[in-house]
Amino acid sequence: MSTAAPYGADLRREGEALSGALPPLLVAAEHLAQSVLPGAHGRRRAGPGAEFWQFRPLGPGEGVARIDWRRSGRGDELYLRETEWQAARAVTLWVDGGAAMSFTSTRERETKVARARLLAMALALVLLRGGERVGLAEASLAPRAGRAQAGLLAAALAEEAEQGAEHGAIDLHASPSGGHVVIFSDFLGDLSQIEGALALAAARSMRGILVQILDPAEEAFPYDGRTRFESMSGHLSYETLRAGDLRTAYLARLAARKDHVQAMARQSGWHTTTLHTDRPAAEGLLWLYQALGEARRR
Amino acid sequence: MSMLGFTTPVLLWALLALPILWWLLRAVPPAPVRRRFPGIALLLGLRDRDPESQRTPWWLLLLRVAALAALILALAGPVLNPSRALPGQGNLLIVLDASWASARDWPRRLERVSQALDGAQRAGRPVAVVALTDPPQGAIEFRAAEHWRERLTGLTPRPWSPDTAMPDWVGTVPDGTETLWLSDGLARDGRNALLSALSDLGPVQIYQPDTPVIALAPPSFDGQDVTVAARRTQGPPLALTLLAIGRDPAGAERDLARADLVFDPGAQSAEALFDLPPELRNRITRFQIEGARGAGAVTLTDDSLRRRKVALLTVREGNESLALLSPLHYLRQALEPSADLVESSSLDDLLLTGPDVIVLADMPAMTEAETQDLTDWVEAGGLLLRFAGPRMAGAGASASGFGAPQEDPLLPVPLRAGGRTVGGAMSWGDPRSLAPFPEDSPFAGLPVPEDVGIRAQVLAQPGPDLASHTIAALADGTPLVTRAARGSGQVVLFHVTANAEWSNLPISGLFVSMLERLAISTRGAVPEAGELEGTHWQPEEELDGLGLLQSTANRPAVPGEDLAPVLAGERAPGPDLPPGLYAGTALRLAVNATDAQTPLTPAQWPLGTNLETGVERPEVPLGGYLFAAAAAVLMLDALATLALGGRLLRAAMLLLALGLSVPRAEAQPVDTRILEATESVVLAAVTSGNPQVDDVALAGLRGLSLALYQRSSVEPALPMAVDVETDELSIFPFLYWPVTAESPLPSAEANDRLNRYLRSGGMILFDTRDADQARLTGGMTSAGRRLQQIAAGLDIPPLEPLPEDHVLTRTFYLLADYPGRWQGGTVWVEAAPPDAQRAEGMPFRNLNDGVTPVVIGSNDWASAWAVDEQGTPLLQVGRGSTGERQREMALRFGVNLIMHVLSGNYKSDQVHVPALLERLGQ
Repeated sequence: MSTAAPYGADLRREGEALSGALPPLLVAAEHLAQSVLPGAHGRRRAGPGAEFWQFRPLGPGEGVARIDWRRSGRGDELYLRETEWQAARAVTLWVDGGAAMSFTSTRERETKVARARLLAMALALVLLRGGERVGLAEASLAPRAGRAQAGLLAAALAEEAEQGAEHGAIDLHASPSGGHVVIFSDFLGDLSQIEGALALAAARSMRGILVQILDPAEEAFPYDGRTRFESMSGHLSYETLRAGDLRTAYLARLAARKDHVQAMARQSGWHTTTLHTDRPAAEGLLWLYQALGEARRR
Repeated sequence: MSMLGFTTPVLLWALLALPILWWLLRAVPPAPVRRRFPGIALLLGLRDRDPESQRTPWWLLLLRVAALAALILALAGPVLNPSRALPGQGNLLIVLDASWASARDWPRRLERVSQALDGAQRAGRPVAVVALTDPPQGAIEFRAAEHWRERLTGLTPRPWSPDTAMPDWVGTVPDGTETLWLSDGLARDGRNALLSALSDLGPVQIYQPDTPVIALAPPSFDGQDVTVAARRTQGPPLALTLLAIGRDPAGAERDLARADLVFDPGAQSAEALFDLPPELRNRITRFQIEGARGAGAVTLTDDSLRRRKVALLTVREGNESLALLSPLHYLRQALEPSADLVESSSLDDLLLTGPDVIVLADMPAMTEAETQDLTDWVEAGGLLLRFAGPRMAGAGASASGFGAPQEDPLLPVPLRAGGRTVGGAMSWGDPRSLAPFPEDSPFAGLPVPEDVGIRAQVLAQPGPDLASHTIAALADGTPLVTRAARGSGQVVLFHVTANAEWSNLPISGLFVSMLERLAISTRGAVPEAGELEGTHWQPEEELDGLGLLQSTANRPAVPGEDLAPVLAGERAPGPDLPPGLYAGTALRLAVNATDAQTPLTPAQWPLGTNLETGVERPEVPLGGYLFAAAAAVLMLDALATLALGGRLLRAAMLLLALGLSVPRAEAQPVDTRILEATESVVLAAVTSGNPQVDDVALAGLRGLSLALYQRSSVEPALPMAVDVETDELSIFPFLYWPVTAESPLPSAEANDRLNRYLRSGGMILFDTRDADQARLTGGMTSAGRRLQQIAAGLDIPPLEPLPEDHVLTRTFYLLADYPGRWQGGTVWVEAAPPDAQRAEGMPFRNLNDGVTPVVIGSNDWASAWAVDEQGTPLLQVGRGSTGERQREMALRFGVNLIMHVLSGNYKSDQVHVPALLERLGQ
């Protein structure tokens, strides 16, 4: 009895914390997921699945149990009923939880990480509804199908990630090979990690999408006057007397950065997109869903 | 000429540090904006184009150094025209002229005295304050400054000049005494002697403001215009307004006329002309310079300005006789230049015009009713002047048939029948001439011309008192003019005709003089010394040093001999003969503080006197301005920094947004105020000009409103402050008016509005808030005097101290006394009608049917009522539970007052309760 009480208290506290953070993300993601029609993806060939694919004459050595008697009753030949092969693939999501992602230029707008988590969760919901296996890029949340996985994912996403580093570290070692990966980040940090992840993914025949989430202020650089810029974690700082003068240089560097990301993705056969936090989230979700379908079909 | 001093000059050394500051500031650019920005990785390595701008721009530096310099200067306490403080040692003697000429800037003088007292208090020096017009009896006393501070408000200027002789108290001043002399600026004999006597004792400082002294001369009247002359010491061109003040037909004192009084540059005298109708002119009681203070700015008028109204009863039978034979012709000629004549053939009409004198020329026959009317009028103070004539002689014959002649109330002496004719063609002698006038006659001293002869006259019945009634007689002793008092009036009979039929008296100059002496026509000039001899004059009103009239009671009458030199301008008024109005038997004489002879020479002090004018160069502390300048510069600096940081536009837009929202809020301030006040009962306090008093008044009304809300069905809204000059008054049922010595006088329009307010049922509670002082000073305080001035323009009924059975004592609570913060001050309300009767079976009289329009007191009720926002009392009242009890009684008085305002005297209707019960029983 002596250990049961603290354990029970722990559990309850965790449960409360979870249910506190869960519903908003889950509800918002559900709402967003409604905008995408779910459905399993036919592999356009016979295999295990629910959809009818074709009738085929019974070959030698095949089990009697597979005979479709209703079709066979219409003629002399025996037919088998084949369904379309519906393969559920593993999709691994990774959201950059670094401090840089918690930036927003105005208080009304959601932060980049919030948008990224929302998109990731909504995408997960759509995929789960379609029977896919969805997981996160960590060993404890390997891709799994089913409604229960949605709750686990939401809990994991809603958890405040470590804020210490400017950008999170991606680790795809736990992801199943041959699956898909969706990476949400602003790609403003060190790109060598991403490159490493892409190399690993290519080695394990994983495909995927790089989703760059940016705040409009990062695209426009609307600053002027004497300014001391600090990174979100406060580790880096940069001071200028006329921020306005730096705008063109900054924009050029940003464009170069985007090109670099795209080039990286193209090399590995990945898709990339840039989403902004001032645009509706549904737009991004639809694009993601289609792009994912495309990637899978190939 | 202006000088600059510093209270703490040591701080100025800090200015040396400014260059260092310059260097320091130069190294530090304006503070940057801190921004969190994830894209910083993209910025790293970028270079600013212009490394020079890392330094603060020079003009920003200059701005900041200027702000600092201003700050240092301000802290050093700069003072423009620093006063040369008296070296603080030994006794301090403060001498004030306190004459009529000091009244013009009396508050400033008191302030100067108060300053000196402050200094003495700090240094612990003993002080003596002496007014030269009111010198101390015996030795002079040096006491602590606090002692004099309490008596400072009681110090008032006197309406005369100080005595020129060396005062006695000078001998009692100890050696080593410093003197501060507040001079009125006029040269006077004995001044330099006093100065040297005081200089022997110690240093003397003279305080003498440079403002000109203005003195009005008594008005003169030439039959057309009233001229008031004014003189002054010196000064620039000056345009003043002279007010003629008197009572209007309703009896309220007001400005009857105004005229410009313009001093040309350099001119020392000016005149104001009034062209007024007689009706208005007769009402004038005094002339006063608008906005000026002091007995010199007021000149009282007496009967010399008044033209008497003389009614002539014309012949009733409309027979047209020759003008020169008309009995009234010579009277008209004699009176017209100096009196207002009314003529009518109807006695009723004449009586209606309210004449001072009625003249009946040879008019014996009067109806009984007319006789009665005339007798009543005479007894009420009229002067009936009668002339004899053939008809009167005839009537006398018929009236005195047998026995004792009938006493005619309209004749001073009984007359014998017929008359007598002397010096005619059929008579035995020459026309009789006049005897010199007896000493006690009003005609005493008039020269008797040789050529005046009396040919005929009516004769008086000889009697024991005939001699005492005779005021002029013929050479043979027969009476020519007789006089008798009837009630408070008199009847005078000339025993000759008013025309030249019986004598040539009416066409002589003596006739005019005699009429003047009888006060029938206007007195041409000041009475001669001889005329005043043996007369007595009762002071009626007295002019105080500030130029206000005070009624005098119980003052002994002044002999005419003393009055004569003052009227003639040979001596100035003094403590034994203060300026004012003196009433004699038939005349009122005005003694003014200043006249055309009053010396107005500016005082000349010996060279080397420490003279302080204190007017053009008052001590001005500049610290505040410098602080303000520093703040302004720092604000500029903030703007400049914003501009440098590229944030000016946003800040400006923010300010603009704030600014735009403000005017919308106060688009219709007046309407909302009136709306608020009309939606519920709102108590209001009249602003007194003193913010502290106004705050307490509002807090007091808040407390009273709260008490009403909690205890009665009256649920007042928050009280408001009103300005009687601008605000609508009719929406407030009740005004609380705290009166201070500095309360502004309401303008004429404001008086009209206040009168309208009072007449339409409003109530004003005047509170002089000084019952504590009034107890010490015997009732008259400076606030009380101010209240008198304010109330002079208002239509205030007769007042009486709040009687025990007034309805105010029982409108809500039963009250026996009416304390505020103070206790025991008299509360005045409208007087009850004199015929109020105690109702049967009731402990109170059936009193005035209506709400008293004013309640006047000095108990400082607002302070007792005052609560803060939370409803806790604001000010201490009394001590302990007694004090709380007193506060409670004050609140109860307030509740009763508001109940009286709102529900009138319905509690008085209790007198009818027995009658009602009786009727119900039937």
